[in-house]
Amino acid sequence: MSDDAQALHVETRTVNSQPVVTICGDVDLRSAPQLRRQLLSAPRTGDGSLLVDLSGVEYMDSSGVGTLVYVKREVEDRKGKVILIGLQPRVRSVLEITRLDKFFNIVDSTDEVAGK
Amino acid sequence: MSGGDRLFIELRSDPGELLPLRRRIQEWSQERGWSEQQISEIVLALDEALTNVIRHGYGGATDGRIELTLEQIDGPADEAGLEIRVRDFGRQTDPDRICGRSLDDIRPGGLGVHIIRSMTSSTEYGRAPGGGMLLVMRKLKTHVAVRDNSGAGA
Repeated sequence: MSDDAQALHVETRTVNSQPVVTICGDVDLRSAPQLRRQLLSAPRTGDGSLLVDLSGVEYMDSSGVGTLVYVKREVEDRKGKVILIGLQPRVRSVLEITRLDKFFNIVDSTDEVAGK
Repeated sequence: MSGGDRLFIELRSDPGELLPLRRRIQEWSQERGWSEQQISEIVLALDEALTNVIRHGYGGATDGRIELTLEQIDGPADEAGLEIRVRDFGRQTDPDRICGRSLDDIRPGGLGVHIIRSMTSSTEYGRAPGGGMLLVMRKLKTHVAVRDNSGAGA
């Protein structure tokens, strides 16, 4: 399988005047470093928060979860927040198994971001 | 208890092997009647086991050898299931020291062993004869992952 076929697709779109980073693909040991790089350099909201749409991620292992923990710490160090949007059931399940579902701000859709 | 059909795969300790392997195991498990949820648990346990081998057994080197065996186990309902053996030829470690960290200690890394244990009915680590480690995971047909709700949580 080619490198391109395994790469994550990451793009930033604007929703309700806020930048939302949209991730598509599997997050595992191979792709987690790319996710970390792209999230750390992604545009933030006016208050320094990072909105991450994970609805296109059907699979995430502990490498991806660890990456999200790392990024959240980095963003919080700069007084921002990380909000995870639209988790697929399997991704949510991994966060529940590791009891990180309460650690993250998780919403079902971008419409729910306001007030988080 | 008796063994059923087997799948043997040899792969390199290259993270690029993980995605195609997950797809192959998913297909193989589907053909053997595992439920969608159980398949996702089998695939995740295996992915985490291989990730640990790549990271810790081979220290990130991508040319290490890994042998993977999946075997359907026939038998009564409380014995039937799947046995997964992950054999590597990397660094040996004391099996008693392989344990997941506390989930209350929130930081990147250290979650793989916890996930593997949650996804499987039993997990045994051992030093393999001749070097490397052997991990034997079993998943009963009746097993689904359990969420650990004890402790303070995050």
